[in-house]
Amino acid sequence: MDSSITIILDKCTGCTLCVKKCPFGAIHMANRKAVIDMAKCTLCGACVEACKFKAIELNKEAGEKKDLSAYKDVWVFCEQKKGVIQSISFELLGEGKKLAKKLGVKLCAVILGHNIESKIEELSSRGADKIYIVDHQALKDYQDDPYTEVLTKLVEEHKPEIILCGATTIGRSLVSRVAVRINAGLTADCTGLDIDEKERLLLQTRPAFGGNIMATIITPNHRPQMATVRHKVMKEADIHKGHKAEVIRKTYPESVFKTRTTLLDIVEEIEETVNLAEADIIVTGGRGIGAPENFAMIKELAKVVNGAVGASRATVDAGWIPYSHQVGQTGKTVCPKLYIACGVSGQIQHLIGMQSSKVIVAINKDPDAPIFKVATYGIVGDVHDIVPALTKEFKRILKK
Amino acid sequence: MNIIVCIKQVPNTTDVKIDPVTNTLIRDGVESVINPFDTYAIEEGVRLKERFGGKVTVVTMGPPQAENALKEAISLGCDEGILVSDRKFAGSDTWATSYTLSMAIKKIGAFDIVICGKQASDGDTAQVGPGISTHLNIPQVTYVKKVEDIKDNKAKVERMMEEGYDIVETPIPCLFTVVKEINSPRLPSLKGMMRAKSAKITKWTADDIKADPKSIGLDGSPTRVVKIFTPPPRKGGEMLKGETADIAREIVELLKDVVI
Repeated sequence: MDSSITIILDKCTGCTLCVKKCPFGAIHMANRKAVIDMAKCTLCGACVEACKFKAIELNKEAGEKKDLSAYKDVWVFCEQKKGVIQSISFELLGEGKKLAKKLGVKLCAVILGHNIESKIEELSSRGADKIYIVDHQALKDYQDDPYTEVLTKLVEEHKPEIILCGATTIGRSLVSRVAVRINAGLTADCTGLDIDEKERLLLQTRPAFGGNIMATIITPNHRPQMATVRHKVMKEADIHKGHKAEVIRKTYPESVFKTRTTLLDIVEEIEETVNLAEADIIVTGGRGIGAPENFAMIKELAKVVNGAVGASRATVDAGWIPYSHQVGQTGKTVCPKLYIACGVSGQIQHLIGMQSSKVIVAINKDPDAPIFKVATYGIVGDVHDIVPALTKEFKRILKK
Repeated sequence: MNIIVCIKQVPNTTDVKIDPVTNTLIRDGVESVINPFDTYAIEEGVRLKERFGGKVTVVTMGPPQAENALKEAISLGCDEGILVSDRKFAGSDTWATSYTLSMAIKKIGAFDIVICGKQASDGDTAQVGPGISTHLNIPQVTYVKKVEDIKDNKAKVERMMEEGYDIVETPIPCLFTVVKEINSPRLPSLKGMMRAKSAKITKWTADDIKADPKSIGLDGSPTRVVKIFTPPPRKGGEMLKGETADIAREIVELLKDVVI
C-alpha cells in the first residue's frame, strides 16, 4: 500500500481551516471542497489535525516493521580540531546524557583523530560512559572520505540507537554522508530533542522556513536516529573529575583510511574571533554605522565584552568587512546569549539569522526600524554616541 | 567540461508573513524563487564553463511549476534544463531527494563537476549536496568559497571553515556545495532571456530515471514530520530613553548577568 491522503467529500464543509494550516500551500478550495495538490503536499498531516470534521484521511505506509532492538546507546560525535575538542561536543554530551537516561542506555563519546589519547580523561569527566576512539594519522584533520568510512564502520559494528553531532561545517558534511551510507534518517539543525519513551523514538524539533515554523521529526523505522544540533541551545555537560569511562580503541585496515581529497593547507583568518556560531556574545554592525572604518568601534565593544563581530549583508556587500562575519539568511544563523545590533535596520533576512538569540539589544536612529520588533531592549539614537558609551560603561563594570 | 548544477525552487522568504490570527504562514501571493544559495551555484557553473569550456546542465526536482526556475537558470547562462517531477516524489526527505537527484545525474551521463548551493532557504538542512555525492560515490568539498584552478583532472578549491578556510585538492568528477562568497551572480542578459523563452525543458519521471520505488518519496524517506507549529513570535521589548550616558548605564546594568 502506498502512502496517501484523501479528502472525504461528504465530511468536508469547505471551512478552509486546512488551507490556512497547510505549511506548504498545498491545499485550495474548489466548489467549496478542499483539494490537495500532491506536487506540493509532503504528507505532514498538519491539515488532518486542523480539520474539525475528520474530513481528511492520511494513510502512512508503515513499511515492514523492522526489528530495531539490536540498536542501543546514545552516541555523540565529538569533533576535534587540532586536537581541541569543540565546545559543541560538550553541549551534546550534556543533552545526550538526558536522552540516554530516559532510554536506560549508555552515553558514548566517539572521537576520531591522531594522538588523541589525552582526550579520554576530558571526555570521561563530561559524563561519557563509554568512549570509542580511532587514532590514525589520516584522521588528524577532517577529511570527508576517511571520516565517513570510519564512522560508518563503527555504526555498523556497534549499532547505536541515536547519534548526535554538532551542526558545524564538519558535522553537517560528515553525517549527511554517513546517513546515506547506512540508510538512516538524519534531521538537521535541531534546537530541541526529547524521547517518546513508549516507542523509544527521538523527537527532533527544528526550525524551518527561516524559523517561521517549527517541525518535530521522527525516524520511525530506521536506526540509528541521527541529528545535528545547533550551537548554544543545549547546556554543556558538567565536569565530574575522576569519572571513568570504558575505553574502546578501534583499529582498521589501511584501506579504510584512504582519501580521495587532499588537504593542502589550513588557513586561519588572523582577524579577531569570527567564529560566530560559538560566541556567547555578538556585536553586529549594520549600514547605520556609516563607514567601513566605524567597524573599529564595533570591534572595540566586542573585544571588551569578549564577543565576536557580526555584520549585516549590506556592509558585507559594500566590502566593509569579510563575508565570514555575515549574519542572516545568506550568512550564518546564530543564537548567542546576547546580540547587540548597531545600526542594523533588521530586514527579515537578517532577523532569520539572529532572532533566536536570548537577549537582543538594538541601537538605531530610526524608531520604526524592524529590528526593534525583536529587540529585548531598544535604544533609539545615534550609534556613534551610544556604542562608545556602552564600551566605556562595560569597561568600567568589567574593570578592563 | 560537463558541469551539472542542482537547484531548488523555494518560497521567497522575504514575502513570508505570519497570519496574526491563525498563527500560520500566509502563502497567498508568495512568489517562488530560485533558492538564494543556488544562484551562486548557477553563477559558478557558468563561470567554470567560461574559464574551461564545456556545458552547464541545470537540474531540479520539484512540481511542474519548477520549470520556471530552470528557465531562469538558462537565462543566466546554463545550457540545458531538466525537471525531475513525479507525484511519487511527494514526501521526500533529504535521503530520498538526494537519491532521486543522483539517479537523474546518472541518466544525464558523463560529468566532471556537480555544484549545489550549500543549503536551501526553506529547509536549511545542507544535507542534499553531501547526500548526492555519497549516492554517486564521488568525492565532495562542501562550503566552497573559491575554485582556484582545475587541471590534470584535479580541482583546487578553498573550503570555508569556522576559523578561516582549508585549501583542498580533489580529483574530478566531484561535487561542490558553494557559499555566497564564491561570486556575485550576474543578471540575466537579453540574449539569455530570449534563449530561456524558447528553451525546451527536459522532463523526467521516476520511471525515466529508473528510480527504485522503495527509495523515493515518503517510502524512501527514513524521517517523518509528525508536528508542525508556529513558534510564538518574538515580542519587541523595552525601549530605553534618556541621555546617552544614562542609557548606557541602565543597559549595562540590565546585561550585567549575561556579560559577566
